[in-house]
Amino acid sequence: MPKDSGIGASSKRREDVRFLTGAGNYTDDINVAGQAYVYFLRSDIAHGRITSIDTSAAEAMPGVVKVFTGKDFEGVGGIPCGWEVTDKHGAPMQEPAHPILAQGKVRHVGDPIAAVVADSLEQARDAAEAIDLDIEELPAVIDMKAAAQDGATLVHDDLKNNICYDWQLGEADDAKVNEVFANAAHVTTLDLVNNRLVANPMEPRVAVAEYSRGTEDYTLYTTSQNPHVIRLLMCAFVLGLPEHKVRVVAPDVGGGFGTKIFHYAEEAFVTFAAKACNRPVKWSASRSEAFMSDAHGRDHVSKIELALDADNNFVGLRTNTYANLGAYLSTFSSSVPTWLHGTLMAGNYKTPVIQVNVKAMFTNTVPVDAYRGAGRPEATYQLERVVDKAARELGVDPIALRRQNFITQFPYDTPVALTYDTGDYHGTMDKLEAAADLAGFAARRAESEAKGKLRGLGINCYIEACGIAPSNIVGMLGARAGLYDAATVRVNATGSISVMVGAHSHGQGHETAFPQVVADMIGIDESMVEIVHGDTSKIPFGMGTYGSRSLAVCGSAMVKATEKVIDKAKKIAAHLLEASEADIELKDGQFSVAGTDKSVAWGDVTLTAYVPHNYPLEVEPGLEETAFYDPANFTFPSGAYACEVELDPETGKVSIEAFTAADDFGNIVNPMIVDGQVHGGIGQGIGQALLENCAYDENGQLLSASFMDYAMPRADDVPFYGVDHSSQTPCTHNPLGVKGCGEAGAIGSPPAVVNAVLDAMNSGGKAVDHIDMPVSPSRVWAAMNS
Amino acid sequence: MAQVSMTVNGVAVSGDVEGRTLLSGFLRDHLGMTGTHVGCDTAQCGACVVHVDGQAVKSCNMLALEADGSEVGTIEGQATADGSLNTIQQAFQDHHGLQCGFCTPGMVMSAAALLKDNPRPTEAEIRHYLEGNLCRCTGYHNIVKAIMAASGQDVGSIAAE
Amino acid sequence: MYNFEFEKPSTIADAVAALGAEDAQALGGGQTLIPTLKQRLAAPSALVSLSGIAEMQGVCIEDDGSVAIGGATTHATVAREAAASYPALAALAGQIGDPAVRNRGTIGGSVANNDPAACYPAGVLGSGATVVTNTRQIAADDFFQGMFTTALDEGEIITQIRFPVPQAASYQKFLQPASRFALVGVYLARFADGVRVAVTGASEDGVFRWSEAEEALTKEFRADALMGLKVNPMNMIGDLHGSKDYRAHLVSVMTKRAVQACS
Repeated sequence: MPKDSGIGASSKRREDVRFLTGAGNYTDDINVAGQAYVYFLRSDIAHGRITSIDTSAAEAMPGVVKVFTGKDFEGVGGIPCGWEVTDKHGAPMQEPAHPILAQGKVRHVGDPIAAVVADSLEQARDAAEAIDLDIEELPAVIDMKAAAQDGATLVHDDLKNNICYDWQLGEADDAKVNEVFANAAHVTTLDLVNNRLVANPMEPRVAVAEYSRGTEDYTLYTTSQNPHVIRLLMCAFVLGLPEHKVRVVAPDVGGGFGTKIFHYAEEAFVTFAAKACNRPVKWSASRSEAFMSDAHGRDHVSKIELALDADNNFVGLRTNTYANLGAYLSTFSSSVPTWLHGTLMAGNYKTPVIQVNVKAMFTNTVPVDAYRGAGRPEATYQLERVVDKAARELGVDPIALRRQNFITQFPYDTPVALTYDTGDYHGTMDKLEAAADLAGFAARRAESEAKGKLRGLGINCYIEACGIAPSNIVGMLGARAGLYDAATVRVNATGSISVMVGAHSHGQGHETAFPQVVADMIGIDESMVEIVHGDTSKIPFGMGTYGSRSLAVCGSAMVKATEKVIDKAKKIAAHLLEASEADIELKDGQFSVAGTDKSVAWGDVTLTAYVPHNYPLEVEPGLEETAFYDPANFTFPSGAYACEVELDPETGKVSIEAFTAADDFGNIVNPMIVDGQVHGGIGQGIGQALLENCAYDENGQLLSASFMDYAMPRADDVPFYGVDHSSQTPCTHNPLGVKGCGEAGAIGSPPAVVNAVLDAMNSGGKAVDHIDMPVSPSRVWAAMNS
Repeated sequence: MAQVSMTVNGVAVSGDVEGRTLLSGFLRDHLGMTGTHVGCDTAQCGACVVHVDGQAVKSCNMLALEADGSEVGTIEGQATADGSLNTIQQAFQDHHGLQCGFCTPGMVMSAAALLKDNPRPTEAEIRHYLEGNLCRCTGYHNIVKAIMAASGQDVGSIAAE
Repeated sequence: MYNFEFEKPSTIADAVAALGAEDAQALGGGQTLIPTLKQRLAAPSALVSLSGIAEMQGVCIEDDGSVAIGGATTHATVAREAAASYPALAALAGQIGDPAVRNRGTIGGSVANNDPAACYPAGVLGSGATVVTNTRQIAADDFFQGMFTTALDEGEIITQIRFPVPQAASYQKFLQPASRFALVGVYLARFADGVRVAVTGASEDGVFRWSEAEEALTKEFRADALMGLKVNPMNMIGDLHGSKDYRAHLVSVMTKRAVQACS
């Protein structure tokens, strides 16, 4: 029976009411009295040297408050990178400056050159057009392999080349890897592209800052997934402000998907300008501006080789990837192609020898950073495509080949630095085979063929490392931050509870799911518990929401804080019940003495905590506890996905006929929300596989610069999805046994779709062994008619 | 500046606007009705959908002065008189048809326009009708399901909640 | 957007007068013009809205049986009101943009803009319609003069478009996945005296008639009559969404499907 409240219940989301009635409070809904507006003059060329910039005419335009250029920011820092990657020779990555406004050079279309603050946005834009700017155009560095050549044009003149780092993970002895491949019975090789994407949360980024001359306090409202991270980076690295003088608020945020993790120049700018102009300053990105200023995602070019023995066991895996970082290092960009990617190359398989090689490249494109899945989709796509290709080459069933190589013993130490604590890959695949009715596929294919269509079935398995992350481990790997989280459980006198959390909800439903946990632990109604998030002046220092971490990390902190509250409440209850603390039990909101009918209600104990007349002297009054939680390991959600496509051989158009996901997320707090997270991830994964393509031409012009050319998945591009979460191996090291579910769909779906398309094409008698994403009709048609 | 007058959710309003003022800007900046969202600048995303004289339109792609004398309906006017959610809104909550909430006002307004013309749409009709409403969170599954449920159809057989 | 004056005349005469002002521009439904203005790609001194002109609204059937559509009629209205009198054109109107766009966008605005990927130019050219303006009548064959270029003079307003109703017609649209304009759209109309085939989305020169297909289908109205016929890929658009070869191929496929839909 489904539960109707607490852990395991599909409680309806309480935040929905405000969103459904237009009562949300998004950053662009916030207007501060007296605010001015900033318009950024952005580069329309990819690479050039600023030879002159004259703002005098602009400054004289109506309504203009102040015009800023790079010169105004010479005294402050640049945007920092939060992760220092060490290359395979032990050297630190090359780390170029990332100024708030361009200093000397522009390095991508959209690079901000100047900023005009004016009474209205249109006035600011008018004035920006009056800035007299000369830029000497330089050759654009776009192609990653060309960028890596000696003598290539440099994106950053002060670096020795365009390679940020040349990184390796796994088997360091090339000879040993070569030997594995030389002795293999079969080697499957695949060259592929993981297409560049734009996250495109429906809410564009916005930042509003105000400064009080009286108190010297700043407040920044911003569309962020992690307000404390923004405050720390901006204060410590960019503006040199004391953190206690800066409040960062991320109110309702309209989706993030990674791209709102990062500290952006616009946030630092409005904060700086609020003081410089002595006026609140607001920036709201247009969608067109978002395309050239939000960090992009993916953009890997890889070669992957899989070695198998005569019995089709995987014996070796080698990858060589070029990863595009764009023109500058965004906040977590350096970690994505390395520790979030290389470490996942074992996948679900017990491949004994793995070597991962990554060259990370600077190019004259928008910075690239984490986007839903962040490195793990790139790893999964390579691995699951090469496994599928191997199955086709060997003439074996792709599910059987996967099953044969599954890891079955846990904990399992991979050759690429991770220890999987738990999982049941066969069990999850069993769930998939049933849920997707794979047995009925042949009949469905026959139906499609009767209509003149081709039908394909694609299978995919994935593993992800979530719940990031153990601070001591990531610290060794170069992270410049801890990745714990924090929660304060504040019990009010009347027994209601405010829980201040470091996680940030921008669609994930924390306001509903987190109270389910606390209410369940105490045995009170969920409505008595409320979550407070997104305001550094209200919450403990937490690291925010990304990497499917909120419940696994912040939720664990919340559980620990709630346990502390309960422990203290038991002391008070013991006093009121004149019993030993050890004998006090808490159930359904009642403290009782074991083996007796004596009890006292939650509300009576909480009231006593704040009105401590009859109270144990050795216990402090009040009932409020904070806990920080640093995970012992990553969590390892896993799953198996099946996609069925129908392909029109005449036009090349692919339609998704069925998509089924079987995931193992460990324990689940709110199944409705978890299903929704998977749906959304699959939607984005289908988008990557079939539709989305962020493309530049050879001059560095962004070809897909609006929704007119960047194809977002729409309602009629996708089917209803089947989801099955009944395979559950709880995480072994966090108190809730949860693993995280936010990114799975986006990780697991692209290879399933592409494998299905290839299956369809091959079923039509056309031997096609690879096609790059997005699998557009034009590409399918070309592949089938080559 | 020119004066514009209209009724919004049944209330007469007016204001002085520029020729270039968009209906979405009039609602958000002049009236402080921030439930209508702006998610793009090419008339693609549909977060800004409102009703003008009973028809769904993209308010960021219509001049405020074009709505002079019109009856405009926004998300703020959708709940029933006692403040409780209307059928469509309730179905969105019941079936988890929203996550971050940003596209939601446009989705609800489009769904209302659809159901007015087609009280019992098929799944395919709903998906097709939502062509001009982008959602990045839900993968559309629960939006389509919610609209089916709001039209009184049994959605029990649709796999997951 | 740059600012502009806004005028909303209620007669064609007043609109023409207002458009006489320097840099004044007509505003249909604005579904393309407003995004253009947001990018500051145009700076009209005044926008003259045509939406308040009653005589430019609606669909009616003329004495000669042709379907006359007022220039300010929205796509949604055409989809609804022409469904009985000219179903293929109504179906075309129902495929433009999305429901909210169709409630604002107008036939006159679309045809005057002549976007190379818009649907209406194919319907107008494929039908051999007559574009009626405040000063003259222009045959469709003379009206479209390359992408974003038409026979319209400065300040000239499309007041009506008259469509002869063919025996059978079909619009086959293959979507550009992002914009949902036509990657290739083929409007085929079969008249007693011949077949017209107009293609949108495909060519650098905007909408065009595929005369080889017209000749072949006029001789023999069967899909097989198109066998071996292909437009020259060199004249096609090649971009992110489809190569020149692919568009040329789609022209054949969509034409074939239009024939099948009419058969």
